[in-house]
Amino acid sequence: MTAAANSVPWEFQHPMVGEATFPVEEVRRDFPILHQQVYGHPLVYLDNAATSQKPRAVIDAISHYYERDNANIHRGVHFLSEHATEEHEAARRTVQRFLNAADKREIIFVRSATEGINLVAQTYGRKHVGAGDEVVITAMEHHSNIVPWQMLCEEKDARLRVIPINDRGELMMEELPKLLSKRTKLLAVTHVSNALGTITPLRKIIEIAHSHGVPVVVDGAQAVPHLKVDVQELDCDFYVFSGHKVYGPTGIGVLYGKRALLEAMPPYQGGGDMIRSVTFEKTLYNDLPYKFEAGTPNIGGAIGLGAAIDYVNHLGIDNIAAHEHDLLIYATEALSAIPDIRIIGTAAQKAAVISFIIEGIHPHDIGTILDRSGIAIRTGHHCAQPVMQRFRIPATARASFAMYNTRGEVDALVEGIQKVKEVFA
Amino acid sequence: MSDLRELYQDVILEHSKAPRNYRELKTANHKAEGYNPLCGDHFTIYLDLEGDAIRDVTFQGTGCAISKASASMMTQSVKGKSKEEATKLFERFHQLVTGEANGDRDSLGKLDVFAGVSEFPVRVKCATLAWHTLQAAIEGKQDPISTE
Repeated sequence: MTAAANSVPWEFQHPMVGEATFPVEEVRRDFPILHQQVYGHPLVYLDNAATSQKPRAVIDAISHYYERDNANIHRGVHFLSEHATEEHEAARRTVQRFLNAADKREIIFVRSATEGINLVAQTYGRKHVGAGDEVVITAMEHHSNIVPWQMLCEEKDARLRVIPINDRGELMMEELPKLLSKRTKLLAVTHVSNALGTITPLRKIIEIAHSHGVPVVVDGAQAVPHLKVDVQELDCDFYVFSGHKVYGPTGIGVLYGKRALLEAMPPYQGGGDMIRSVTFEKTLYNDLPYKFEAGTPNIGGAIGLGAAIDYVNHLGIDNIAAHEHDLLIYATEALSAIPDIRIIGTAAQKAAVISFIIEGIHPHDIGTILDRSGIAIRTGHHCAQPVMQRFRIPATARASFAMYNTRGEVDALVEGIQKVKEVFA
Repeated sequence: MSDLRELYQDVILEHSKAPRNYRELKTANHKAEGYNPLCGDHFTIYLDLEGDAIRDVTFQGTGCAISKASASMMTQSVKGKSKEEATKLFERFHQLVTGEANGDRDSLGKLDVFAGVSEFPVRVKCATLAWHTLQAAIEGKQDPISTE
């Protein structure tokens, strides 16, 4: 199978870059998990929006830490503890440079993007959102950027407002100013939609929100692996992401927050490491970032994340983005050429995520049949039920790409879909 | 492809495309909703119980081929049976789709076509969603039941 001659059904706003310019075969060799057979077929892993695979460098960094450097941090006087502390803090600086944060104290290690959002909701949110106030989110959020705000609004008797999306899966920006008022205390928005692939116009959203004095929380879980993020250029107030979606381990994530905001926020959890001194009368909290890092952190996870970012940097995030964009265009053309397929999410600005449905065949059945050809995709509502409701569908099949995917794998997906149609013919 | 053919038998595909008893039941005196939050499958089972007997049973909703065909064939197999017989049939059906059936497959009748599900553990929930919902309807549970 080759890509069909049909052109893409909508206009992309990025220049096209050929596959040849990205060393994808070399990259694939760095990912041990990719070299296996599933049900007698080479694994085609297209579920990267759920989690990405890990390069050897990340696996080795974690092993090395546990084999050579493991110790608790920030407290030991001994060699290993000092060394582990250094590595942990080096990972923080790596994240800082990756996001271009102004200060390393603005980088808080958390478990996941979800925990980062909950941290903001439970500290900044509980302090600043009161009865009758409003929190604005969008119709394309993942449940992790809906539920924490819903919980907060319920507790505070505040109201959740939602920026709608159009039929292409783009934010209806003209609605945004109407949703902002003196009552608005916070705006939470995704950078890239996990279900639709839409890249949101963050700069503009943040500018408009700030002109109303509203701080902005960005869910960057789907953005960080695929495009350059510069928190100072964006001028976002908070930005969260998960390590495991950017080739790092699970159980580690990052909350970036502007220092002045973080300084003024109450702590999240209480415990060791987040304190300066404790008496039964009064506890003095630690400085940033430790104020928000109670308990022994995921040291190995942070070090693994640092190694993952080093790996991404070594290839260049812009090169990765160009390669993935090539795959997006190639796959969009190929899938669009298949009769009865409808792509859900056709925004002008998209990351390499393709949600689709096939007339008369439920996504779950598509997923099962593709799986038997070694092709891993996600099917379901992608933890974004309001998006499904917006498009009046129960679920989609979703192929999501990463730096190690190839045009050949897109061809395998297309062949797999032909098989799906054969079974249901 | 052979596993897939085992799963997607012609009878199953046919029922998924043209489900039987797919309508609201005006005479229903029991009703239950079931959903599988992971894949968005969602069914309503309508039940007309007379004492212990299932006088009529219908369903409506959306779901994958397996869940829809299972619901369709379930309505055919339990109509006219007693509540106890339906529950026993569900037990045997559950054993069949989880690969734990011990020889007694004859009593399942046409439902035996679902034997292929046992090779696809993640699809067991699809095959049993309608049955769980039927149980809930029989027991008169008010809250929607979920496979999670």
